[in-house]
Amino acid sequence: MLTLSTTLRIRPFRLQAWAVLAVAWALALGAAHQARAELRIDITRGTVEPMPIAVSTFNADVPQDQAIGRDIAQVIAADLERSGLFAPVDSKAFIQRDLSVNTMPRFGDWRVINAQALVQGRVTRTADGGIRVVFRLWDVFAEEQMTALAFRSVAEGWRRLAHIIADRVYERITGESGYFDTRVVYIAESGPADRRKKRLAVMDQDGANHKFLTDGSYLVLTPRFSPTLQEITYLSYYNNTPRVYIFNIDTGHQELLGNFPGMTFAPRFSPDGKKVIMSMAKDGNTEIYTMDLRTRAVRKLTNHSAIDTSPSYSPDARRIVFNSDRGGSQQLYVMDANGGGVQRISYGQGRYATPVWSPRGDLVAFTKIQGGRFFIGVMRPDGSGERLLAEDFNIEAPTWSPNGRVLMYFRTTPRDDQGNGGSSKLYSIDLTGHNEREIITPIDASDPAWSPLIQ
Amino acid sequence: MRFKFLTIFAAVALLAACETAPDESASGSGTGDTGGATATSTTTSTAPSTMKQMGPVPGSQEDLIVNVGDRVFFDFDKFSLGADARATLAKQAAWLQKFPSVSVTVEGHCDERGTREYNLALGERRANSVKDYLVALGVNPGRVTTISYGEERPVALGSNESAWAQNRRGVTAVTGGAGS
Repeated sequence: MLTLSTTLRIRPFRLQAWAVLAVAWALALGAAHQARAELRIDITRGTVEPMPIAVSTFNADVPQDQAIGRDIAQVIAADLERSGLFAPVDSKAFIQRDLSVNTMPRFGDWRVINAQALVQGRVTRTADGGIRVVFRLWDVFAEEQMTALAFRSVAEGWRRLAHIIADRVYERITGESGYFDTRVVYIAESGPADRRKKRLAVMDQDGANHKFLTDGSYLVLTPRFSPTLQEITYLSYYNNTPRVYIFNIDTGHQELLGNFPGMTFAPRFSPDGKKVIMSMAKDGNTEIYTMDLRTRAVRKLTNHSAIDTSPSYSPDARRIVFNSDRGGSQQLYVMDANGGGVQRISYGQGRYATPVWSPRGDLVAFTKIQGGRFFIGVMRPDGSGERLLAEDFNIEAPTWSPNGRVLMYFRTTPRDDQGNGGSSKLYSIDLTGHNEREIITPIDASDPAWSPLIQ
Repeated sequence: MRFKFLTIFAAVALLAACETAPDESASGSGTGDTGGATATSTTTSTAPSTMKQMGPVPGSQEDLIVNVGDRVFFDFDKFSLGADARATLAKQAAWLQKFPSVSVTVEGHCDERGTREYNLALGERRANSVKDYLVALGVNPGRVTTISYGEERPVALGSNESAWAQNRRGVTAVTGGAGS
C-alpha cells in the first residue's frame, strides 16, 4: 500500500518526506487469467493510435468526497489524453454506473463502448480528516487487473494523487516511467517588446497550481530546476547586474551564486544537484565554468576566444554538451566533464544552439536556425541521427520530460512594426514529432524547464 | 586613417562650443541610423522639454544623442565595427574627452533571430567591441562599463529586416557625471 503521510500540504512536493508503504494492493478479486497478449502501448513508434481508456469517476459516500472523486478522474483523464497515447472515452457513453472497487467490473459493458482499459477508484475519509484513495486499472478485454494501489493524503493533496495515479497507469501500459507528477518553471511575460516584463513562475505540468515567484521589477531569464531540491537556478538582472542566482521555491529565498567579475548566465544543475554549470563573460569572452554549491570552488572548463555557452551535463555527469561558435558559426560540441576531449557533433546546415542532454542519455535536444526558420530537433550524442520535430518562425529552448519522451519549448510569433501580434507560448511535443500541445499559461510564457519526477 | 578621423573629430570637439545640428551628427555617422535611433532611443536620461530651446545640457545623454550619436550598429551575428560605427565611436571618444567627468555604460544588444543564451554572449562581445574601440582612442577604461541585454531590449518592435538591423546595436549610455 502506498501511503502519503499527513505532512502533505497545499503544495506537496517532497515525496521522500512521505511515509511510503508500497505494496501492490492485492485484493483477491479472482480476475480471470487468460493467456493473452498484455495490454501495451509501444511509445517508441511514430504514430500510435491512442488507446481508448475509460476513467470512471472515483466513487465516495459523501458529497464532499464525491466531488474529489470526480476531480481526480478528470485530472487522470486529462493527463492521459494530453500524452497523445490515450483517448479517454466520454463518460456519457459509460454503461456500467455502479462500479465498485470491491467487485469485478462488468467487462462486457466496457467492451461495448470499446474501452480497452478501465480506471476506477474510491475516495474515503481517514480518521484525521485526510483522504484515502484506492484505484484499480483493468485490462478490459483480458478481464484482468493490471495494477491496484491505495494512497493516503490530506484532502488538498487530491490533485497530486491524481497525477501519481496517471503516472502509474502510463507506466503500467507503456512500460516507461511517467511524467505527470512534475512541475514546470518558466518565464511569464507581459507588456510591449521593448519594455517586456519577465517574471519567474512555476506550475504543475498541466498548468494547475500556477504561481509567480518574482514580481517583474527586474529581468529574469532561463530558469532550470534542481534535480534534487526545490530550487531553481536562473539569470537575474537584479541591480542591473546580470548574474546567476538560486531561488528556493519553498522559502522564496534568492541567493547570488558566487562573486564573478563578469556576467554569469546559462546555468544548469549537474545531475546530482551539487554543482551549477554556467557561462561567464569577461571582457567580451564567454567561457564555461562549474561551481560546487557546497565548497563554492569554481572551475573553468573551456579556454577559447569563441563563445562557449549553454552547457548541459549527460545524465551520468561524465560529459557536457555545449554551444560554441569556435568553428565560425554556432554548433554543438561535447567535452569530458573536466573540459578535455572537445568534439563537434553538429554538422548539418544552419546554426545549432541550446543543447540539452536527455535524462535517458540517448539524445541531445537542440534549437536549430536555418534559412530564417527555427527548428526543435534531436540527435544522438555522437551527432548522428538528427531529426527535426517542429519548425516555425521562432521556436526555441527545448526541455525534457523526466522520462525523456516529451519535449517542451516556446514559440514566439512575429510582430508588426507597432509591436502588435507578438505572443510567446509553451508547447510540448512527443519525441516522435507528433502530438504537439499548447501548455496553457495565464499570460505569455517562455524558457520552460521541466522538473524531475517528484521523489 | 583611424587616427586621422580621430584628430579631425577631436579638433571639431575642441572648436565646438556651439556644435549645431542633428543634421551634422546624422551625416557624420554616415547613415540614417543615428537619426532613426535618436527618435527611438530608450536610454535618454534627461530630456525635459524646457531645455529644448537652449539645446541639450552639455555632457548629458541628450547631448550625446543629438550631437554625437549614442549608438553603433552591427551586421547579423557579427561584433566587428564597420566604418560608420568607427566614425561614430571616434566622435564619442572625443566627446568623452571633452567631458572627463562623464562615465558611461555600453549596452550590447541583438536582434531576435538568435537563441537567448548565445545572444547574451554576443551582446557582451558587441558591448566590448565598442568599449575596446573607445579605449583605443584614449578613453580611460575605468570610465566605461559594459552590459549585455542580448535580445531582451529591442528598440524597433517589428519582426523584419529593418527592425532587426536597428536592434543589433551598441548603445553608449551616460551613467555618471552627466552635465552636472
